[in-house]
Amino acid sequence: MRVQQTAISKVPNRTVRYAYLITVFLLTLTGFGQMPIFKRYYIADIPGLGWLAQFFVTHYIHYLAAILILALVAYIIIDYLMLQKKNFRLTATGYVRGAILAGILVSGILLVIRNLAGSQFGPWFIIFLDLAHLGLVMTFLMVTGYCLIFKKQWTNAR
Amino acid sequence: MGQEISRRTFLRGGIAAAAGLAAGSIPGASAAAAPQEKKQLATLLDIGKCIGCGACVEACNETNAHKYPNPRKPFPKMYPNRVPVEDWSEKQDVADRLTPYNWLFIQQATVNLNGEEQEITLPRRCMHCVNPPCVKLCPWGAARQLDNGISRIDSDICLGGSKCKKVCPWDIPQRQTGTGLYLDILPSFAGNGVMYKCDRCYDQIADGQLPACIEACPEEVQTIGPREEIIQKARALAKETNGYIYGEKENGGTNTIYVSPVPFEELNRAIEKGKGKPHLKPVKDTMAQANNLTTAMILAPVAGIAAAVGKFVKLTKSSE
Repeated sequence: MRVQQTAISKVPNRTVRYAYLITVFLLTLTGFGQMPIFKRYYIADIPGLGWLAQFFVTHYIHYLAAILILALVAYIIIDYLMLQKKNFRLTATGYVRGAILAGILVSGILLVIRNLAGSQFGPWFIIFLDLAHLGLVMTFLMVTGYCLIFKKQWTNAR
Repeated sequence: MGQEISRRTFLRGGIAAAAGLAAGSIPGASAAAAPQEKKQLATLLDIGKCIGCGACVEACNETNAHKYPNPRKPFPKMYPNRVPVEDWSEKQDVADRLTPYNWLFIQQATVNLNGEEQEITLPRRCMHCVNPPCVKLCPWGAARQLDNGISRIDSDICLGGSKCKKVCPWDIPQRQTGTGLYLDILPSFAGNGVMYKCDRCYDQIADGQLPACIEACPEEVQTIGPREEIIQKARALAKETNGYIYGEKENGGTNTIYVSPVPFEELNRAIEKGKGKPHLKPVKDTMAQANNLTTAMILAPVAGIAAAVGKFVKLTKSSE
């Protein structure tokens, strides 16, 4: 049972790539919006960006984008394992970015649980989660910047 | 004397006898306020009993004075200039609204009750929501909810960004500039002091004592106990007095339940509202909108996996 090589080379296709990029951008923007900085530093004064200073709006959009990223990540992982792995391998920077992204997702999921009524996380664990989530995002952005500048791919052909 | 001891010991862990004694005779403590650390404690405020004497406000100030801010002056210059300096240190005596130095105040309303004009007074402070947005949305975890339902802001960690106030349906937390952790980080560029609000005397409760406002009230306006029982009491009181309830469902439920002889719409119209003077409007559950997406978040990876598997099956079939 062999899958056509032409089909594999199209994966992840352009739609998935753009969906991933837009979702990560939205998550980053609304994530930073959880801190009271956009109004202080005039970003929310830019016409059309006033919503960035409305915490419940950014919170809701962050959740919507989180739903998208969870679906996309699950799709990309399974797609890689079932179709891509034979022909592509994760690069070192791919592993690093994947690990950081996993940390962001796990801390984010735990923060979603924290936000439910009746959650019982301890105060220091919550502080750790908040700082870890933010710290990992900052690290992810820096590593992504490095990969963009030095043209590092997530995968290489085997 | 017996009552005094019972009041002071009603929450103390392990002293079931005292709690049992309190059950029958102590108005401040709910009938079954046996110590249960994991249960949220709520307070019932019988507005019909409040005479607006201000004893609760005074007691709150005396008991919590050691927690009040002691700002360092001059304040750091803020960038950009739009960042407001909020300084209450020269106005510590202000008692007709919430401030960093006044966590409880008496709100007044002139209403029509049974055809007569009547003055109604009610103590106002943090509602201690069941799922408090101030706690859940604090970016640093400086606001925290204790197992017994108290929401409190840790003044050692708070940076004074005031997000808690913006997400609070009643704008309860109040800021004092020039104090707190932000002074040791980037005082001109991030943070702006510390947010302060009622912590329902969490330290006194931990010591088995009542919150100061409950202890000091000569009219026994407030009752504290497990939330379910306080709600039952509030409903019974409302039924008995043809009264109205506020706080049971507001913002998804709070741990401060008011029972009033007049409708809260009318009270809300009659009270003075504004900065530091919270309203009495109905409040939808502010955390529910995002939390309702949790199910979709659980299903999202399943959808992603299904899409990938579907694609694999399709490609496999087409290659055969």
